Order: sequence, then structure tokens, then C-alpha cells
Amino acid sequence: MTAKSAPKPRKTTVKSTSKSTLKFPKETYVKWYKDMLLMRKFEEKAGQLYIQQKFGGFCHLYIGQEAVVAGTVSGSRPTDFHMTAYRDHAHPIGLGTDPRVLMAELYGRSTGCSKGKGGSMHFFDKSRNFMGGHGIVGAQIAMGAGVGFAEKYKGTDNVAFVSMGDGAVRQGALHETFNMAMVWKLPVVFIIENNNYAMGTSVERTTNVQDLSKIGASYEMPAQSVNGMSPEAVHEAIEMAATRARKGEGPTLLDIRTYRYKGHSMSDPQKYRTKEEVAEYQAQDPIEHCLNVIKENKFLSEKEIKEIQDWVNQEVAESVEFAENSPYPEAHELYEDVYKTEGYPFIVEY
Amino acid sequence: MKTVQFREALREAMSEEMRRDENVFLLGEEVAEYNGAYKVSQGMLDEFGAKRVIDTPIAELGFTGIAVGASMNGLRPIVEFMTWNFAILAADQIINSAAKMLQMSGGQYHCPIVFRGGNGTAGQLAATHSQSFEAFYAHVPGLKVITPSNPADAKGLLKAAIRDEDPVVFLESEKMYGDKGEIPEGEYIIPIGVADIKRKGKDVTIITFGKIIKVAHEAAAVLEKEGISCEIIDLRTIRPIDYPAVVESIKKTNRCVVLEESWPLASISSEIAYHVQRYAFDYLDAPVMRVTQTDTPFAFSPTLIDEALPNVERLVKAVKATLYRN
Repeated sequence: MTAKSAPKPRKTTVKSTSKSTLKFPKETYVKWYKDMLLMRKFEEKAGQLYIQQKFGGFCHLYIGQEAVVAGTVSGSRPTDFHMTAYRDHAHPIGLGTDPRVLMAELYGRSTGCSKGKGGSMHFFDKSRNFMGGHGIVGAQIAMGAGVGFAEKYKGTDNVAFVSMGDGAVRQGALHETFNMAMVWKLPVVFIIENNNYAMGTSVERTTNVQDLSKIGASYEMPAQSVNGMSPEAVHEAIEMAATRARKGEGPTLLDIRTYRYKGHSMSDPQKYRTKEEVAEYQAQDPIEHCLNVIKENKFLSEKEIKEIQDWVNQEVAESVEFAENSPYPEAHELYEDVYKTEGYPFIVEY
Repeated sequence: MKTVQFREALREAMSEEMRRDENVFLLGEEVAEYNGAYKVSQGMLDEFGAKRVIDTPIAELGFTGIAVGASMNGLRPIVEFMTWNFAILAADQIINSAAKMLQMSGGQYHCPIVFRGGNGTAGQLAATHSQSFEAFYAHVPGLKVITPSNPADAKGLLKAAIRDEDPVVFLESEKMYGDKGEIPEGEYIIPIGVADIKRKGKDVTIITFGKIIKVAHEAAAVLEKEGISCEIIDLRTIRPIDYPAVVESIKKTNRCVVLEESWPLASISSEIAYHVQRYAFDYLDAPVMRVTQTDTPFAFSPTLIDEALPNVERLVKAVKATLYRN
């Protein structure tokens, strides 16, 4: 079966935008640009290092999807919570985690964000309310709703943002969770990072309901499709959904249509899609878009832009250096962080 | 001391802990307005309200995952499964999420959560409703597993489980909820991981846990009349197992029979037998014996149930085999 093109994002916002019509201030565009560039460069480097066999495991890159995290972070509050699946490198970067500890985790070093115990698929950063990093497709949907449940229980107005790929939408966990999240009006925003492919299987091959925003209708959950190549569109949708959640009106489903330029993982030959399709999305690249807005509106000088680019490159280079100079966990660390109980009597035969 | 039903002991444990800690709550199918499928949570909705005693739809995977997420975020959920057979649908969240969270997050997030409900055979309920899950969950590092055999242990251990910072699998029995037993007045906690000698003896050690312990007590009474003195060790906690208590008893009796309600392969009895031969080899005067359920799915008909389950006759025979007697 030949791959057909993905559902089209709305194309209006990726063209250059004149200053008078901009909905977001200079600071927002600069932050988006800086954060997304860091995500992109981190991931490009991670991909290179993986090919060089600097570290093992799986490696799922976020390249192309950066606007989803950028808009989610800018549209939420620092007291909110974030959880995702295994394509999890960009989320903590967007939330402000030091890329050094993320790179160290890829390398399996004890200085990693999960002490070298989680690897690529299990990044965590409690200081940024980043709750993983989960390897089982769809498991985070229920857990993320539980994070929101706890906030409602405690009487806060914080929101849990739960991300998933379009493939996870087919898991039973989603449907069970959506049902309860609506019954209990949980403060959760369900984000489908819809890149149109569950590994190599397109949305259209796995469902009769190709417009994923319609899934919300079964539970009367407000839902909408969002242009995931546009940080502005993502931010606005996130803010709207979060406002509903904070007011006690319950969850929202956002079908955020994005695209990953790279394969599902590093071993993906990508025979399920065309080069033209990839190029079509690369033409709407969110990082280029932000750079264009910054230039056209003279938000930054060329020198200042160069400084950002240099800083990003430096951060990535120092992350690799930090990881490579960090120690591997020692054998005794295998027995740590398994139980909170001190002195748990593990069975030790040797 | 006072006499209560097993279900009342569990209810006292949950209610006392919910009065003590606002973050403890109960959720599951029929726990609130129906007062519990087996009346364990009777009256709790009235005392604690719908915020803390929560009816769920029939969606084990979903509500277990929500509870696991809530436990990561500061709450202490008690998840009631109508039976552990249904919790197979939630095994992903118990095994992949709760058991792994502390380790995979490098110690940043943990899951103080109790999963509890009826376990094992409960009469003519056929194959899907009659399974015991001690060995399944005890296999998984990151979990703790408890199987109480009487109301006093049930209360003290459930309170310990609710206060524990790690995820605890708490295995009860539909057939035990109506059992009566004495429990201490006032508050008490029984530590996780400590076995209990339920009957002192000197000739043979019977190691067991959960409701099948009744068979051990009956067999010990029969054997006593024949001059054979049995020591009964109730493991109470299946992960971690109190191995020192097992070995100490065998050093005294030099003989060991393991009695288990579930199947023989990769079971708690095979684990105990391995450990005893490894760490009490020089003290053994006979091979370790075991009595388990037959290596078959549980069946409906009474005659097939009689064939499947451990009974007094089989246990007496196994004990005598360790003494080389008929």
C-alpha cells in the first residue's frame, strides 16, 4: 500500500506575519525559537551519536514535532504537570531541564535524569513536573489522568497535560480513561501528537475514524484539531483547554497534527511514506517560521540570532561532553530505587 | 480483644487510615453506593463521602492507571478489585507502571498504593474466577505481596500496606470475608515481611499462607492424634518472604511440607523448596514435599473441585512421607 498524505494542517499561520497582526510578543517568539532550536539540535546530535553506537537502546526522535511541546509549555503554567510516552526527549527540554542530564541518560550514566536506569524512553524531571517518559503505549493516558485526579482531589487549579502518539489512540486504556475523565471532570488535557504514523502504520489503515478529534464525541469530550506545525495555534488551543480544566469543566482532547521528519526510531527505513510528503511538512517548519517572524519584525539583530544559535550549539556540545565524562552506575545502584523501604531483603544468590 | 468478621477487620483498617490521612482514598467497582460487592466497604461512603469512596465503571485498566497516576502525585489510593482475576486487565499498570516507577525515574517518583481484593478459589466459579496470584505478583521486583489468613493479620497488615511507600498487592478471599476471629482492641500494625508461627510443633514444618491454612490446621489436629507434632508457619507476606523464619523452623523439625492453594509450576512452594534445599540442606532428614492444586485449570463440578484442591488427606500423606511413615 502506498502512503497517502497526512491530514493537512491549516496553513495560514506559517506564512510570514506582519507585526500588527502578531498575537504573541517578541519574548514568546524568541523563547519558542530558542527552545525549539535546542530540541532540534539535541535530537540531531542524539541521532548522530546513536548511529555512531555511542549508546544503545531505542531512540525515538522528536524532529519536526517541536511546535507541539513549545506551544504546550508556553500555553501552560509552571505548576502544571506533563507526561508523555517514549518519544520524550523534547518535553523536558521545553520545560527547562538541563540537556546535560538528558544526554547523560541516553548514555546510561549515573548523572542522567533517571540515574541511567530509564534510558531514552524514560526521562523524568520532578523539579519541572515532568512525570515521564513511559514505554508502554497508552499507559500514560490513564496515569496522566490520575495526576489530574490528584490535583482536583487536593483542590488546586493545576492541569495535567498528557501526550500520546496517534497510535496510542487505539489502546483500550484511552477509551476507559476518557470515560472516567469525563464522568469525574478531571483537569486533564489529552494531546495527540498526531504525526499520522503509528511506527509504520498510517492512521487510515487502522481506523474508520480518521479524524481523531471525533474520538472525543463518544464521551462528549470537547475536542478539536490543531495545526501542530504552528506554536501559535498549539499555544492557543492549550490555553483554551487549560482554562476549561481550571474552571472545573473537565478534560479536552486536542488532535494536534504534526509530523516527524525522521523515522519512528533509528532503525526505520520509512518505506510507508514518500519523500514529497516529508518535504511538504519541512516547508512548514516551525523553527524556520519563528526565525522568519523574528527577522521580519526585527525582534533580534543578526548578531543576537547568531548568539542564540551559538548558545544552542554550545549547550549540545557540552551535553555530549558531560555525558561522556560521567561515570556509569556502579553495581550497587541496581539495588537502589527499587523500594522506598530501607534495607529491602533482595534475594542475592552470589 | 474483640471478635470481628474478616471483612470488618479490613474495613477497620481502611477507615482508621482514612481518618488518619486525608490523602488515603478507596476506589473500585461497587465500593461506594452498593457498599462493596462483598460488603468490605459497607458504610464507608456514609462516613467519608463520594470524594474519598469512589465507584468506578467496569474498567480495571483505566481506573488502576488513574490510581497509579494519583499515587505519583501525592495521594495514597486503595484500589479494590472485585476479584484478582479481573485485575489481569490492570496488570499493565501494576507491573509496568507501579512496580517500575521508582526505579525508572531514578528515585524521583514512587507509588504508595494498595491493590486489594478477593484471590483464589471461591466455590463453583470455574476456571476464570478461581485463580491465585501470589506467584504472579511475587515474581515482580518493585511490588510487595501480602496474603493474610485471619482477621487480626488482615487488619494489621492492611494498615501497614496503606502506610507503606511502595506498591502493595493485598490478596484476600471471597471465602474468608465472613470468617470470624479475634483482633486486638485499639490500633496495631503488623510489619510487612514477617512470618508467623501459627502452631508450634517439633516433628514437621508446614509452610503455608492464605485461606488454605485451614487445611493445615485440620491436618495438624489429625496428625497430633497419631503422635506427630506439626509446626505451621504462616508466611503472611509473599514478597519479601521471611526466609529466616522458614529456615529456623526447619533447623528444629528437619522436615518440611509446603501447602499452597495454587498450581505447582513456578509457584511459591517451588521457591520455598529451592530455598530450603539451598540454605537448610544439612538440616533436612527427608526431601521437601508439597501439596498444591492440580496442574489444571479449575473446573465447575464439585467432583472436579474436590480432585483439584489440596485437602487434609493429601497433606497428612505428605507430612507422613517426610517421616517415612504410611
